Amino acid sequence: MKTQLENNIIKTERTGPVLFSPYKRGDAIKKAVKQKREDILFEIKDSGLKGRGGAGFPTSTKWMLTAAAKADKKFIVCNADEGEPGTFKDRVLLMEYPQLVFEGMVVGGYTIGAQTGIVYLRAEYEYMFEQLENYLANMREDNLLGENILGTDFSFDISIRLGSGAYVCGEETALIESLEGHRGEPRNRPPFPVNTGYMGYPTSVNNVETLAAVPHIITKGGSWFKKFGTDKSTGSKLFSVSGDCERPGVYELPWGTSINELLEIVGAKNTKAVQVGGASGICVPRSQFDRKLGYEDIPTGGSVIIFNESRNMLHVLKNFMEFFVEESCGQCTPCRIGNIKLLEGVEMIERGEFTFKYINTLKELGRTMQVASKCGLGQSSPNSFISILENFKDEIFHTTGTNGFNGKAGK
Amino acid sequence: MLVVEKNALSEEIEGYVNKYGKDRSSLLPVLQAIQRKHSYINDFAQQEVARLLDIHPVEVFSVISFYSFLHSKPTGRNIVRLCQTISCDMANKSKVVQAIERELGIKFGETTKDNRITLEFTNCIGMCDQGPAMIVNDRVYTKLDPEKAVNILNEIK
Repeated sequence: MKTQLENNIIKTERTGPVLFSPYKRGDAIKKAVKQKREDILFEIKDSGLKGRGGAGFPTSTKWMLTAAAKADKKFIVCNADEGEPGTFKDRVLLMEYPQLVFEGMVVGGYTIGAQTGIVYLRAEYEYMFEQLENYLANMREDNLLGENILGTDFSFDISIRLGSGAYVCGEETALIESLEGHRGEPRNRPPFPVNTGYMGYPTSVNNVETLAAVPHIITKGGSWFKKFGTDKSTGSKLFSVSGDCERPGVYELPWGTSINELLEIVGAKNTKAVQVGGASGICVPRSQFDRKLGYEDIPTGGSVIIFNESRNMLHVLKNFMEFFVEESCGQCTPCRIGNIKLLEGVEMIERGEFTFKYINTLKELGRTMQVASKCGLGQSSPNSFISILENFKDEIFHTTGTNGFNGKAGK
Repeated sequence: MLVVEKNALSEEIEGYVNKYGKDRSSLLPVLQAIQRKHSYINDFAQQEVARLLDIHPVEVFSVISFYSFLHSKPTGRNIVRLCQTISCDMANKSKVVQAIERELGIKFGETTKDNRITLEFTNCIGMCDQGPAMIVNDRVYTKLDPEKAVNILNEIK
């Protein structure tokens, strides 16, 4: 096979409370198509499932709104454009658990009354394309997909579309623009995709991991799902762990796990900081490692990057800002210009040519970007700038060692 | 471009348009198909796509220029994309970069003289637990070290 990977990307055995718990292929669809749509919505609502991409919008609400919208066509889109630095959980789900993702889409399609599902797969994952297409063909053979699924009057099919290397297309309206054949520039919201989405039809855009949780909720029930996690963050979360630790990889842990516990599990030593939520997330210093991962405290899409004592945080910040300058779609001014200004600020600190007054102005600019940018990219890109400069000011501004601006920072 | 070449390319693009549908939403799949076969989308191909999908050629160019995996200028036969984002960076990406640049005699962003390889940096490719990582065309290579990376690049034709 051309797409065969030479490394151990696929692990044979995984265990976890929810997503990685045992599941028999086809069970969720078999059960769902016999149920009323309202009952499924009730079950999802009862489970408290929230969007796993990072924003944490309740899935039942999204589906209810799409189901309530009146139109002759509806769509369900699986957002497999994970581009957030440090995230690779969708890769694991799609490679090892495609049944969960696709069956989640079928159940979702049934619930909201859609006829078509579209998987938006990022270009970087093109090597999975053939394997996923084969899996869909298998599902069609078993009548889990296609015309009159399992003898009912429900017909639904899934197609896979490739992205072309744009981080911003993970934003749902940019993703829809891209599907329609345009530049991936986010739209104004409202109208939200649940009313006016792909081709103007009601569309529910869900993260891969959200959809993968659905078959488990259908077969085992919302109250079972609720047993894991905390009151406001039910269920479990996949964490993509990378950086300075002994065992990087994907871990399924219940919500509410503290950063300390997570570091213990992955074997991280001498940890100075943890970046939670990727480049657009926040940088947590050691003094706050007792904070908990969950919508109540630190909400995240699951990216965890670990830095040990030897890392230069200014260099980390520079890497993040370079990322945003490259990936900003350029549509709105706060994000297009703002990220460049923030990067220039980091470079000034690196060279030692800055004034605190200007750095404070840049932090103000960051806060302006958080409210004035059009989409999540520009709204969250200043997070790491602000949190790293606040939390590591000793290292960055006060010391004169190899890590400070007086030493040679950077590569 | 020779007339015969133009005709062949037109025919090819017509095939893609028939396959994906004569609709604006087919624009990306059509462009991706051209890119896959020719490694870039030349001016004539852009005009043909525009004509067949009934949109303005500048719209086609605008879309190509937006996406980092689509090219409107000639590239090498093989495109090598090395991840530059933080986790790969921390896993000694810069050593791999130096070794590749030394071995091929070109910098990232350039193409070898024999047109064999174009070197590019790319953002996170989702291999953060196995960095440094790179994509050669559509194949992923992980846990690179300088020697391994160079050996892989020396093997591709």
